[in-house]
Amino acid sequence: MLSAIVASAAEPAQLLPARTQMAFTLGIHIVLVPFGVAFVAMALFANYRGLRKGDEIALRLAERWSRVAAVLFAVGAVTGTVLSFELGLLWPGLMRRFGQAYGIPFVIEGVFFFLEAIFVAIYIYGWKRMRPWPHFWAGIPVVLSGIGGTLSVVAANAWMNAPGGYTLRHGRVVAVDPVKVIFNGAFWHESIHMLLAAYIVAGFLVGGVYATAMLRGRRDRYHRLGFLIPFTVAAVAMPFQIAVGDSAARWVFNNEPVKFAAMELVPKTTRNAPETIGGYASTDGRVHGPKITLPGVASFLSGWSTATKVKGFGSVPPADRPPITIVHLAWDVMVGLGTALLGLAAWFALLWRRRRDLTRSTWFLRAASVAGFAALVTMWAGWTVTEVGRQPYIVYGVLRTRDAVTHADGVWFSLAAVFVLYTLLATATFLVLRSMARRWRRVDAAGVGDTDVPYGPARVLDPGGTPTPTVRAR
Amino acid sequence: MSDIAGVILFLGVALYAVFAGADFGAGFWDLTAGGVHRGRRPRALIDAALGPVWEANHVWLIFCLVVLWTAFPGAFAAIMETLYVPLAIAAVGIVARGAGFAFGKVSETLSQQRVYGAVFAVSSVITPFFLGAVAGGIASGRVPSQGGGDPLGSWVNPTSMLGGALAVVVCAYLAAVYLVAEASRRQLPDLEPYFRRRAIAAGILAGVMAFAGIFVLQDDASRLFHHLTGVALPLVVVSGLSGLAALTVLCRGVTRAGRYLAAAAVAAVVGGWGVAQYPFVLGTHLTLSADAAPDSTLEAVAVVFLVAAVTCIPSLVYLYVLEQRGQLDSH
Repeated sequence: MLSAIVASAAEPAQLLPARTQMAFTLGIHIVLVPFGVAFVAMALFANYRGLRKGDEIALRLAERWSRVAAVLFAVGAVTGTVLSFELGLLWPGLMRRFGQAYGIPFVIEGVFFFLEAIFVAIYIYGWKRMRPWPHFWAGIPVVLSGIGGTLSVVAANAWMNAPGGYTLRHGRVVAVDPVKVIFNGAFWHESIHMLLAAYIVAGFLVGGVYATAMLRGRRDRYHRLGFLIPFTVAAVAMPFQIAVGDSAARWVFNNEPVKFAAMELVPKTTRNAPETIGGYASTDGRVHGPKITLPGVASFLSGWSTATKVKGFGSVPPADRPPITIVHLAWDVMVGLGTALLGLAAWFALLWRRRRDLTRSTWFLRAASVAGFAALVTMWAGWTVTEVGRQPYIVYGVLRTRDAVTHADGVWFSLAAVFVLYTLLATATFLVLRSMARRWRRVDAAGVGDTDVPYGPARVLDPGGTPTPTVRAR
Repeated sequence: MSDIAGVILFLGVALYAVFAGADFGAGFWDLTAGGVHRGRRPRALIDAALGPVWEANHVWLIFCLVVLWTAFPGAFAAIMETLYVPLAIAAVGIVARGAGFAFGKVSETLSQQRVYGAVFAVSSVITPFFLGAVAGGIASGRVPSQGGGDPLGSWVNPTSMLGGALAVVVCAYLAAVYLVAEASRRQLPDLEPYFRRRAIAAGILAGVMAFAGIFVLQDDASRLFHHLTGVALPLVVVSGLSGLAALTVLCRGVTRAGRYLAAAAVAAVVGGWGVAQYPFVLGTHLTLSADAAPDSTLEAVAVVFLVAAVTCIPSLVYLYVLEQRGQLDSH
């Protein structure tokens, strides 16, 4: 108890607002990431299908998705810029000491972001005037650089969990091995986990929009295809995601034992450690509250035997522990919702196999319509586990978060400003997307949708050769 | 090796100024275009010209940030811990500018377009002002090596105010010059003289401010002044001559060359700043080599920069060529 008080007294005043601001801005930005990374890929699926089979509906979906992606990409680009400012504004101690190593993946990410920004622009603005296939191919670099960008940024985060590739002398980085910095111990599982998460979140969210529309009676082919493409992507990724997540958890067990103990709510080092669902830890390190315990499961999942010894968080002093309850509950939420989403993917596969008409299965559509939000919460929870679970360190075992935070005043003020700004930004984004959707619905309902198809001039001719009147959506 | 990293960094700053600067300046002309009816045509041109390119241009800022924090982490932390007020305002401005533009482009009603347009235009003026003030704070040596410099005086000072004001005017000048070329390419005969008049006015103002600025620097940042009038003088002269040449060809209706000359004038100023600072990254207390990351890191930065040069530059050229040929037009 006393040590807890001492620990909090030694905490700089800026730490709480700085961490809150970082979590908040990252939490908002991460909603946009899946669209930047995966939405253009889905549009390209539709685009390819449209071009190959002359499917006008698929083309219309692709064009509209790319317009939505344009808006979200812009918001993602600027909120991402805020994060790079914040790395210096909030955590100068991290950058001063480790920028030489930690910065390298970001330099690489810069190149991918550049390529992404260039080809996103070509793809989005090229619908009307470019020839169809070159236009399609201009979209491919967006997908590739989205993957490369994700791997690079997550490499930097993984390095915070598994720092390596540098030599310290008198507390100063004197040598760096860039390859080891990038391909650090946590790189592969963390980056693949996030990449799959991006496709899953985007897929379920976009699919959910069309599932909701089908529940409201709009069950035409446009909505069916709009549902099937993204939802299939997400459902296919789901089992892989569970497998990657499983190996990630085992890596944490082996390399960040205190984080693992917090996740599994294991106070004392023990064999036959139970999997605990629910419950919380008090400051004295005891476990309370309503919970379900599955004996031996945590041990078994960590080392394929209930005899596997799991280190308890009680093995380190309270000042070296992360906030146990937050990490544990976030872990429960991630695993629980992740499993539910896997179940939804299985349900989808079953309906598909039995050739059921998905659009008639009301309960399935209901589940599908909330799957996007569930996937988003799962991703938030996952980031909470990895970020809060690394505390009190910003670079695991090397640099404490409190030693990295800025000395500048006014972080509470900037937190308040950011909160207001992002609330306005989120509201405006929502309103803009809603008005786009309504406009398209109006265009379709008026029955003139066909004239708004992309690759305009050559295709607006009907078979008879008379130009159909062009109705502009805007 | 640290010198190479320094060159890469200033190259990034120059490219950001030349490309993104024009995008900010376009926001200035949007802001001053007058009422809904009167400003409709210039605003439409600005909208069309900016749409496909502003995000790619914006990436140069990210590039500068990541190179700075990787190659010169001490300077990056010190700058962030001293100039946090203008930097935070600039960050807010960047969010508002990007979002305002993206939302305005897809909104339907006039009232929505006006709100987002106003957000875009106002933040397009605020952002370069504060980034210019940051540059002034760094260039006048007001950032201590360990950070924690005067949170107010580091940017509320003559050099910073000059930097901020000059940034706004120079952005407006660049934008007007580019927009003359845009108007001519899109065959909008009325907008060509419209932006030509503005380019000439902004160019003259920028020249006068730069000239007056020399006296401000002599008083406020004597080292910068001495080096700008000494070792960096050739670049300052190149900048002045390019600026004058740009105005001359613009008056004669040669739009394409005007664009390159205006860009050269701005790039030369940034280069002059870099040369005048050399060999210091901060004031006269932190040299590039003392603050530089280990050589292996700098080599990695240089390699990535070369990779970027062979991948991004052709891609950018492709983007600009498509744009100039009018193939990137969504409506």
